[in-house]
Amino acid sequence: MDKVMSNKLMIALYVLPALIMVSIFVFVPLVLTGYYGLMDWNGIGAMNFIGLENYKELLFDLKFWDSVYHSILLAIFSTLSLGIYLLISIVLDSKIKGSDLLRKIYLIPMLLSSVAIAQLWLKIYHPTNGMLNSLLAFFGVDHTPDWLAEPQIVLYAIFVPILWQYAGFYILIYYAALKNIPNELIEAARIDGASPLQIALKVKLPLISGIIKVTIVLAIVGSLKYFDLIYVMTGGGPNGHSEVMASYMYKEAFSSHNFGYGSAVAFFLLIITLITTYIIRKLTASKEDEVQY
Amino acid sequence: MRKLYYFLLYLFLALVAIFQIYPLVWLLKFSLKDNTEIFGKSPFALPESPKWENYLKVWTDGNIGVYFFNSVWITVASIALTILLASMATFAITRMKWRLNKFVLGLIMVGLMIPVHSALIPLFKMFLEVSLVDNPISIVLTYTAYNLPITVMILLGFYYTLPREIEEAAIMDGCSINRMFFTVILPLTTPVISTTVIINMIFNWNEFVFVNTFISSDKYKTLTVGINNFVGQYMTDWGAIGATLMISVIPILVAFIFFSNKIIDGISAGALKG
Repeated sequence: MDKVMSNKLMIALYVLPALIMVSIFVFVPLVLTGYYGLMDWNGIGAMNFIGLENYKELLFDLKFWDSVYHSILLAIFSTLSLGIYLLISIVLDSKIKGSDLLRKIYLIPMLLSSVAIAQLWLKIYHPTNGMLNSLLAFFGVDHTPDWLAEPQIVLYAIFVPILWQYAGFYILIYYAALKNIPNELIEAARIDGASPLQIALKVKLPLISGIIKVTIVLAIVGSLKYFDLIYVMTGGGPNGHSEVMASYMYKEAFSSHNFGYGSAVAFFLLIITLITTYIIRKLTASKEDEVQY
Repeated sequence: MRKLYYFLLYLFLALVAIFQIYPLVWLLKFSLKDNTEIFGKSPFALPESPKWENYLKVWTDGNIGVYFFNSVWITVASIALTILLASMATFAITRMKWRLNKFVLGLIMVGLMIPVHSALIPLFKMFLEVSLVDNPISIVLTYTAYNLPITVMILLGFYYTLPREIEEAAIMDGCSINRMFFTVILPLTTPVISTTVIINMIFNWNEFVFVNTFISSDKYKTLTVGINNFVGQYMTDWGAIGATLMISVIPILVAFIFFSNKIIDGISAGALKG
């Protein structure tokens, strides 16, 4: 038995294909990104080594720091919205008939492609015939804004479809965690005279704190990487007011053909994602939960 | 008092449900209208007589049929390759005896945290050098590589729970590793494989940035990129745009109706994809 199961050749044959795929297409490119960041390169011609020039330029590139700022804002919005999702999940968990069906309905937008969602919301936000402005006009609002063209509003307008897309996902996770709480604990609190609000805040929330931490990481890291929806809805506009890190990288590389500079932005995105993940995990780690994600 | 309390809870949940579902109902409605109706009548009205020809028109004139076919075969090919490689690796990591297995598993799991945009430029250059730019093989390879970590992670738990006796019996009967894996283990893991199929399907079907970057010919584009181009061309024809969007979301919605529990399993596990 052991002899057959520890055959080195067979082990290599079974593990290597997957390992090689991940190495070639995931790990090697990441290292190369940092390296290309040292180059002046238009994507087609030869690469010229220019040392840290791109990274220096990055430090003083206000457009880039605007995109970082927008990414951070999205991360903050996303984290705050977790509170709404948590509230909905707690309500769903309070002896509601049909909670299973509702949970599935909430999940539907999550299954659609970001491109389809972006195109749909472009129509919803359409200044004259869109669903939103028609609704506002129905309620007698005279001056309806062009949501995606106003520098002051655009980022918030973009955040609504993000909220719409991910609501069901977080509700699903929270609801599953709440369902896992042993009934005896809730009953015990009830017998002790705790109100439903007290049970929610003092019994349920602490018991699912591990999951809440995981979702905070997901929301923040997910926001830092956000791309598809913004690329399709505004392309970062108007005038960079909805630009995020990934869309700025894409624009620099694939539209302006500054592949070296784009790589520097991509490398920064990688580093900031890894550091953020590490910091949040450190901050939220406690002894009992060695969460493996 | 108690009744009022529950009434308010249901009202709240129903409003959330309307917010989540009504935009799609609205999409369905305008996909069945023509421009006179869309621009002349209330946007909330039902279509007067459903214009099914919108769907027919975009399917043939708008190239959507080609994009749809590409999405299907690229999704299926990537799923098959991903699940084969992930199952083999998971089998070796969890069932076979060697020292570096935890290390290799950790290495694959690191892939879960990587932002794909950070790898995009080198991937593009790599495919350029081996002439795989504007070739769907580049898409199948990247989809497979980027879905392997999550697939291994979902398979992992199931493989750990398989009893050792199964392998012992197979070896007693003189099975080789290959025969044991393909005829005994793989069939046993069908339930968890179906979960990974669903999750891979959603990721692949909806993926945008790889296709948008690596593919330039219309004949190889998938639906996500195709509809984006299509909308750019038919900017003012809302009915056609609506029909295109509906066509792109229907397969996923149908899968959800039949496999919602599998999808929920997969998404809960995939939560960790981050």
